[in-house]
Amino acid sequence: MRFGQFLLVAVLAVPALGAVAVAAIRPDRVARVVGTVAAALTLLGTLPLAGGDHGWFGYGPRPAVQPWHQLDLPWVPGLDLRFHLGVDGISWPLVVLTALLTLLCCGYTLWRVPDGGSGRALVALLLVVEVGILGTFLALDLVLFFLFFEVVLLPMYVIIAGWGGDDRRRAARKFALYTLFGSVLLLVGVYVVVAAAGTADLVTLTGGAGLSRGTQLAAFTLLALAFAVKSPLWPLHSWLPDAHTQAPTVGSVILAGVLLKMGTYGLIRVAVGVAPEGARWAAPVLGVLAVTAILIGSLVCLAQDELKRLIAYSSVGHMGFVLLGVATLTATGIQAALIGNIAHGVITGLLFFLAGAVKDRTHTGTLAELSGLRETAPRLAGLLGFAAVASLGLPGLAGFWGEAFAVVAAVRRGGGLWTTLAVLAAIGGALTAAYFLRLLRQVTHGRPSSAVGRLAPGLAGAELTAWAPLVLLALAVGLAPALVLGYASGPVDALVGVLR
Amino acid sequence: MSLVQSVNNVALLPAYLAAGTAVLVLLADLLVARAGATVAVAAAGAVATAVGAAVVGAGGERRTFCVGADCSWVYGGRAALVAAVFALLTLGVLALSGPLLRAGRAPVGEYAFLLACSLTGGVVLGAAGDLITLIVALETLTLPLYVLVGLRRGSLASAEAAVTFFVVSVVATTLTLLGAALLYTVTGGLHLDRLGTTLTGRPELLDLPLTTVAVALVVLGLAFKVAAVPFHAWAPATYDGAPLPVAAYLSTASKLGGVVALLAVVQRALPATVTGPVLALLAVLTMTVGNLVALRQRRAVRLLAWSSVAQAGYILAPLGALALAGGRTADARAGAYAAAVAYAVFFVVLELAAFAAVVALRPADADGGTLDDLRGGARRHPWVGAAFALALIGLAGLPPGLAGLFAKVTVVRSLLDGGAGWLALVVALNAVLGLAYYLRLAATLYAAPAPDAAPARERSGTPVAAAGAPGGAVSAVVVGSRPAWLVSVVLAAATAVAVVIGFAPQLVLDLAR
Repeated sequence: MRFGQFLLVAVLAVPALGAVAVAAIRPDRVARVVGTVAAALTLLGTLPLAGGDHGWFGYGPRPAVQPWHQLDLPWVPGLDLRFHLGVDGISWPLVVLTALLTLLCCGYTLWRVPDGGSGRALVALLLVVEVGILGTFLALDLVLFFLFFEVVLLPMYVIIAGWGGDDRRRAARKFALYTLFGSVLLLVGVYVVVAAAGTADLVTLTGGAGLSRGTQLAAFTLLALAFAVKSPLWPLHSWLPDAHTQAPTVGSVILAGVLLKMGTYGLIRVAVGVAPEGARWAAPVLGVLAVTAILIGSLVCLAQDELKRLIAYSSVGHMGFVLLGVATLTATGIQAALIGNIAHGVITGLLFFLAGAVKDRTHTGTLAELSGLRETAPRLAGLLGFAAVASLGLPGLAGFWGEAFAVVAAVRRGGGLWTTLAVLAAIGGALTAAYFLRLLRQVTHGRPSSAVGRLAPGLAGAELTAWAPLVLLALAVGLAPALVLGYASGPVDALVGVLR
Repeated sequence: MSLVQSVNNVALLPAYLAAGTAVLVLLADLLVARAGATVAVAAAGAVATAVGAAVVGAGGERRTFCVGADCSWVYGGRAALVAAVFALLTLGVLALSGPLLRAGRAPVGEYAFLLACSLTGGVVLGAAGDLITLIVALETLTLPLYVLVGLRRGSLASAEAAVTFFVVSVVATTLTLLGAALLYTVTGGLHLDRLGTTLTGRPELLDLPLTTVAVALVVLGLAFKVAAVPFHAWAPATYDGAPLPVAAYLSTASKLGGVVALLAVVQRALPATVTGPVLALLAVLTMTVGNLVALRQRRAVRLLAWSSVAQAGYILAPLGALALAGGRTADARAGAYAAAVAYAVFFVVLELAAFAAVVALRPADADGGTLDDLRGGARRHPWVGAAFALALIGLAGLPPGLAGLFAKVTVVRSLLDGGAGWLALVVALNAVLGLAYYLRLAATLYAAPAPDAAPARERSGTPVAAAGAPGGAVSAVVVGSRPAWLVSVVLAAATAVAVVIGFAPQLVLDLAR
C-alpha cells in the first residue's frame, strides 16, 4: 500500500476509531480531548493528500476523473460495490474544509457542551458525521458514495434531537425524513445507472459511459432531486431553516459548513458527471430554480426577525448561487460553484459560531431584543460585522468570487434566458447585501437593549481559537482564490470537456 | 417402474433430525419430567438439525421420492439455507422463552414439543417438490402455532388471538388446497417442476379461466401466510395477543415459511405472466398499508407487527418485477428470487434481534406493552437499548444498521435489473415512511422516563439454574429489571450476526443465489 492509499484509509479510519474511543472512555473531559485529538490527526492526514501525481501525463484520451491517489478494493461484488476511494482537485478542498470544521467544533465542545446530553456522546457523533462526509467526498464508487451519504443522516438527527433548542424533536424528525427522501431517490438513481452501465466506477462512468438518452434523463432527474433536497434547492429547502435554527451551535456549523456541500458536490461529480446529456436537458430548469432560491431566500431573510433563522435562510440564497454556477455547465460556472461552496462553508460556519455565542450570552435570538452589541461587546460585534460583510460578497473576501462568477458564467452562457437569470441573480446579490446590512444595523448599532446591556466585552480563548482559522481563511480565499481554483481548474476543465 | 421406491435417507436426514427432536422432547417431558432437561433436549435437537441441514446441503443437490424425473423431495442449497435458518430461529425463540417458562405461564413440555413440530414443518417446507408436500409442510409449521399463540395461561387476549389466527389460517389453507386441486385438474400434475414445464409447454392452458383462478387461489392462499395486504388483518391482533417469544417466532420463522412456499410455487410451478402482476400489486399494497398503519400504533408489538407486514411487502417486491417482460428474462428472474431470499434472511435476523430486545426490556411474563412502557428503556439498559435501536434502524434500512441497508439495496437493484423502476421508487418512498415510526420507537427508548413510571431498580437474584424449575410451579421469582441471561445471549448473537452480515453482505447473497 502506498503512502497516498494509506492516507486515504487513515482519513476515514482515524475519526471512526476516534468515535469508538470517545464512546468507550468514561471521563467526559478526557473523552472530549481524545476526540479533538482524533479530529486534529484527521486534519493533518488530509493535508498531504494534495501532494502526489497530479496526472497531466500519459497517452491517449484522458479520463475525466484523474484522482491524485486512489485505493480500489472489492467489497460486495453481488451489489457492484467496491471500496474505491480517491481524491482530486474537486474533492480535496472540501475534504480539508470538513476536517477543519470538525476539529473546530470538537475543540469548541471542549470549552462548552450544549445542554441536552453528555459532551463525549456529542463529540463521538461529530466524528461519525465526519466519517460520513469525508467518505462521500472521497468515494469513487457510486454505491459507496450512496452508502457514505446515508451514514451522515442518523448521527446528525441525534445531534439535533439530543442537544438542540426547544423545538428540537420536530426539527430533527423533519431533517431525517426530508434527507432520507433525498437519499432513497439517490439509491434508485444510482442503480438506474449501475443497471444500465454494468459498473459503479465513477472514473469509468464520468462522461456518460455510453448510457442511452432515456437512462441519462431518468438518472439525472432522480440524482438531481436527491441532491436538491440536500443542497437544498428551492422548493425542497424547508427542512433547512428548522434544522439549522434548532441544532446546537456545533451542529449548525457542520450542517451549513459541509453537510450541504454533499449535495452540490454530488451534483457536480455524480449527477452532471454521470449523466451529462440529462444535465444539458435539465440545466434551464435547474437555473430557474436556483435563481428562484436566491430571490426567495433573500426576501425571506429581509423579513426574518430571528438571528439563527436569518443565517439559515441566507444559506438557501447562497446555495442558489452555487447551483446557478453548476447549472450553467461551463468551466467558469463550475469553478464558481466550487469556490462558492468553500466560501459558504467558511463564512456560514463562522456566522453560526457567532450567532451561537450571541445566543449563549443573551439567551435570546430575536433581532428586536438585540441591539447595541458594539457598545457592550465590541469584539463580538466586530467579528459579526466581518462575517456578515464577507457573506454578502464584498470583493476581497471569500464570498465574492462564488457569487460574482456564477453571474458572469450565466451572462457568458448567453441567450435570453441565461441573461435574465444573471440579472435576477445580481438583484438577489443586492438583496443579500440589504438583509445583512439590516442585520448589522439591528444587532450592532443602536442603544444596548436590556439583554445586551449585561454583556462582558471579552471573548473566551476557546472561542477565538475556534474562530480565528475561519476568519483567516475567509481573508485568504478572498485575496487568493487560486488556493481553491488552482487545484480545481484541471479536473473542472476535464469534466467540462466530457460535457460537450 | 418398480413399486418399491428407493429412498435417499441422507437427503431426508434434516427432516429426521427435526422430527426426532419433537419425539425426544415428548419422551423427555414424560420420562425425566424436568423442565431443564426438556428444554435442553429441544435445544440440542435444533442445533443438530441446523448442523445436519448444513452438512447435507454442502454435498450438492439430492432428490428422493421420485416418479420419473419429478421428485417430491429436492434438497439443494436453498433448502439447506431454509432448514438451517429455521433451526437457528427455533433455538433463538426457545432461549427467548426462558423467562416465560420460568414464570410458569406456559407448560414447558408442550411448549418445546410444539416448537419442535413447527421446526419439522419448516425443514420439510424448504425441500418440498410437489404442491401436496408443500401444503402439508406449511400446515405442520402452522398448526402448532395455533396452540402456542393461545398458551399464555389466563390471558383472554391470547385466546382471542389463537382463534383469529386459527380461523384465518384454515381459510387460507383451504384456498391453497382448492387452487392445487384446480391446477391438478388443468394439468394433471402436482410436482412443481412438472407444473412449470406443462404450463410453459402448453400456452393454450393459460387461456383457460380455470388456470388463472387456480393460480390466483394458490398465490392468495399463501399470501395469507406472509400476512400480505389485503390478507394481513390477523397478524397484528395475533402477534399482540401471543406470548412475546411466540410473536417473535410468528414474525420470523412463520413468515419465512410463507415466503419460501410462495417462492417455490412462483419460481418453479406457476406462469410468471399471471403471478407477476398479482405479486406486484400485493407488494405495493402490503408495504404501503403496513407502513401507513404502523405510523399510528401505540403498542410496541402491534407496531412491530405492522412493520413486519410492511417488510413482507419488501420481500415480495422483487417478485413484482415479473409483471413486466423485462423482469422475465432468465437473469432477471434468478436475481429476483435471490433478492427475495436475501431480503428475508436479512429481515429475520433483524426482527429476531428486535423481539429479543422487547423481551429483554419487559417483565418475564408480560406482553409487549405500550410504547410508553418502553420509554427510557435504553437509559436503564444501555446495551439492550443500543441493540434494539440498531435492529430498528436496520429494519428502517439506514446505517449503522448496514444489514438492513444492504437488504434494501439488494431489492432495489434486482428491481432495476428487471426494469421495474416504478416499483423500486415505491420501495424507496416506503423506506421514508418506515423511518418515521422506527425513529419514533428508537427515540422513545432514549427519552427521559416519565417520573411516575420509573420502576424500582431491583436486581434479579435468580440463579441461572432457575430456568430448570418445574414449569408448573407458580414461581415466586421477583421480576427483576435485569434481562435473563439467555435472552441477552440471543440478543447479542442476533446483533453480532446482523453486524457481520452488515459488513459482509456477500455471505448472504452467495447463500441466497
